[in-house]
Amino acid sequence: MSATTEKYTEAQYLEAEQYQPATRTGRITNYVDQRVGGTGIVREFGRKIFPDHWTFMFGEVALYSFVILILSGTFLTFWFDPSMASTRYDGSYAPLQGLEMSTAYATALELSFDVRGGLFMRQLHHWAALLFVMAMSIHMLRVFFTGAFRKPRELNWVVGCALLIMGLAAGFTGYSLPDEVLSGNGLRIIDGMMKAIPVVGTYMSFFLFGGEFPGGEVIPRLYVLHIMVIPALILVLIAVHLFMVVTHKHTQYPGPGRTERNVVGYPVGPVYAAKAGGFFFIVFGILAVISGTFQINALWNYGPYDPSPVQAGAQPDWYIGPFEGVLRLMPGFVGEIPLEFVIPTPWGGNSVATPVLIPMIPIAVMFLVMFIWPWIEAWITGDKKEHHILDRPRNAPTRTAIGAASVTFYCIMWGMGSNDLIATHFMLSLNDITYWSRVLIFVGPVIAFVLTKRICLSLQRKDRETVLHGHEAGVIEMLPHGEFREKHTRPSDYELYTLVAFESPAPSGPQPNAKGKITRTEKLRARLNQWFYQDRVEPVSREEYLEALEHDHHGDGHEGGLEATDRRSIEASH
Amino acid sequence: MKALSQKRRHPFAGVALLLLGLLITGGLYAAATTINQAQASQEADGYSAADVDEGERLFVANCATCHGINAEGTDAGPSLIGVGAASVDFQVGTGRMPMQMHGPQAQEKPRQFNDEQTMQLAAYVASLGAGPAVPDDEYLDVDQGDPARGGELFRINCAMCHNAAAAGGALTEGKYAPSLHGVEARHIYGAMVTGPQNMPVFSDSNIPPEDKRDIIAFLKTYDSQGTPGGFSLGFLGPVSEGLFIWTGGLAVLIAPWSG
Repeated sequence: MSATTEKYTEAQYLEAEQYQPATRTGRITNYVDQRVGGTGIVREFGRKIFPDHWTFMFGEVALYSFVILILSGTFLTFWFDPSMASTRYDGSYAPLQGLEMSTAYATALELSFDVRGGLFMRQLHHWAALLFVMAMSIHMLRVFFTGAFRKPRELNWVVGCALLIMGLAAGFTGYSLPDEVLSGNGLRIIDGMMKAIPVVGTYMSFFLFGGEFPGGEVIPRLYVLHIMVIPALILVLIAVHLFMVVTHKHTQYPGPGRTERNVVGYPVGPVYAAKAGGFFFIVFGILAVISGTFQINALWNYGPYDPSPVQAGAQPDWYIGPFEGVLRLMPGFVGEIPLEFVIPTPWGGNSVATPVLIPMIPIAVMFLVMFIWPWIEAWITGDKKEHHILDRPRNAPTRTAIGAASVTFYCIMWGMGSNDLIATHFMLSLNDITYWSRVLIFVGPVIAFVLTKRICLSLQRKDRETVLHGHEAGVIEMLPHGEFREKHTRPSDYELYTLVAFESPAPSGPQPNAKGKITRTEKLRARLNQWFYQDRVEPVSREEYLEALEHDHHGDGHEGGLEATDRRSIEASH
Repeated sequence: MKALSQKRRHPFAGVALLLLGLLITGGLYAAATTINQAQASQEADGYSAADVDEGERLFVANCATCHGINAEGTDAGPSLIGVGAASVDFQVGTGRMPMQMHGPQAQEKPRQFNDEQTMQLAAYVASLGAGPAVPDDEYLDVDQGDPARGGELFRINCAMCHNAAAAGGALTEGKYAPSLHGVEARHIYGAMVTGPQNMPVFSDSNIPPEDKRDIIAFLKTYDSQGTPGGFSLGFLGPVSEGLFIWTGGLAVLIAPWSG
């Protein structure tokens, strides 16, 4: 490749410049194209290849939900007034008429009852928010369990984690805006968490709320965050996220013809452009049907915010559930001993609300590990290679087991967030659920880890079995000499490739560094590496496969009549 | 008077005085309680003696096993003396009593006694001692109530257990506050004045009868208005919404791909 390999000659350029389209449409298109360079963009992106698999859709769903959130949210801003100024409600909802409330709540009610289509848009916005975070979470689980976060995509994983956090922030700030009792309770918990931080907590709370909770500032402040700062950050992060997807190219599941150096799939134009465009409207349609038929956040039930009442069944939206749950999980007393204590100080003592602070630790650790997991795993495995072919989850048993353990940990906290509803709906004792969950939060992830790992290894062994002996065909044959045998069919080449094309590295052992020394960190790494890789099932090798084929041929030769089989069995018994 | 003043230093004078004092207080107390009882039986809306007798027969046959033959209570059930007609009307009228089995609390179930029998049982229990009477119709007339004020009272006094949308909620150790949807006005009122199961009593000095009527008016408005936004998902708020998006929502999204 030298610099002289120009795509077009000078003459061709001149010809292109002098090109005069014949039709009016052609002239307009040409005019725009010469100024915008659309041809180049379409040439570049239109031919971009994406692989196809249903698990790849969740990122898309998240993106489309976000678009729907922006559209519906913009509609809501036309009526919603985030003011904490007091007003008297005189809208059409009778059970609240004449009550004193904040303008924020009054306008949220106005949106629900007096603006045409307002309730639908509010519900669409809320359902889209639930879907947005759900799609992000499932997308993230897909990326984790298939190992798509590995080199070169580590940074994009971090961008994805940041997007998830931003999604939670967007959700929580939005949930707090209508200023009814439910959202006020949520803010009160945030206030309590901040105040639990020793020494600076009170100042942080006063800073956020502009004085003592609830003050008159917090709703307008959250509004600015909710409609400007956070969406802008999400937009920027989405742009970076997608740019990196284009740069890295999309990952693909293992299969014949798929290598680390290619992408097998369809081009954006026209296949994916049409598919994605259509899918956007499917997502929009599904959300619209849900929003039109299922009530969400019936804020007229909760009444104007008042710091004194708390209502049964007060819960955050699902994605904040684990935060709520871990607080419900934490005991305030162990036996007779309170966990809260006071640090004596010259100014009278600072109380340390450990029952509020300790639960924040597992959440913080969980999110921290989530952010840096690509590097943790790469360090343990010592894997420095690029990966564009995804792992089938069973082929990375330890990672899959760690994922399942984390999901279990999350789900126990999540379930605890709704322990009261679990109690009433399954006729259980709230206390028992809480006590059992306190045990399960430690034991559950371990059980999940062991079980998942065993299931993965079993599935891998089943894959080996399939490769070596084929699928049971469900046809029983009786041989001339009376023996019964089940027929096996060989897997197709396509399936075979998928079943054998994976790596199952053995534990590497400690590696000496450049000076020939084995450091203590390296020993730790080697031990973790041993733990990560010790239980493994190797893929079927070429030799094993050929041998199995050979055996098959012998098998066919077995049909040599009664005497031959007898002779063989006699020989075998000797 | 001379005799009295002479005998005031008599060795038994102190004892006599004490006896006199006790007699007077005792007599007054007895008089007062009978007056109270008389008032109570008047309040109990003229239950006839026949009602009381029939009620006693029903009581002995169906309730005495746990509450004792004279309703004095046993280890298995509390004394019913002084619980009033409203208690019977609520507990028996909603089918909670007779209890199906012992458990964290009595469950609502199809009622075992008809209106007349319930009234007779109430008459008997009311005859045992003063207690809250079955509410006057005046306080059950929701048209006279103010739902907005009732809603405010409901959110302050009731929603912490019964849920903002009156869908019910959990209490400790398997006990729970039931849903109030579709509960009859007299039973809502009865529950407030008698505090059944784990519910506190909201006496008339705490929530006056007019306010109780407002609360009932709010609950009835709530029942009749339906759900403006579509299916309610059990009125349980974010948990059922989250469950819905993770089950129904997810299933609908994946469905097109399963073809």
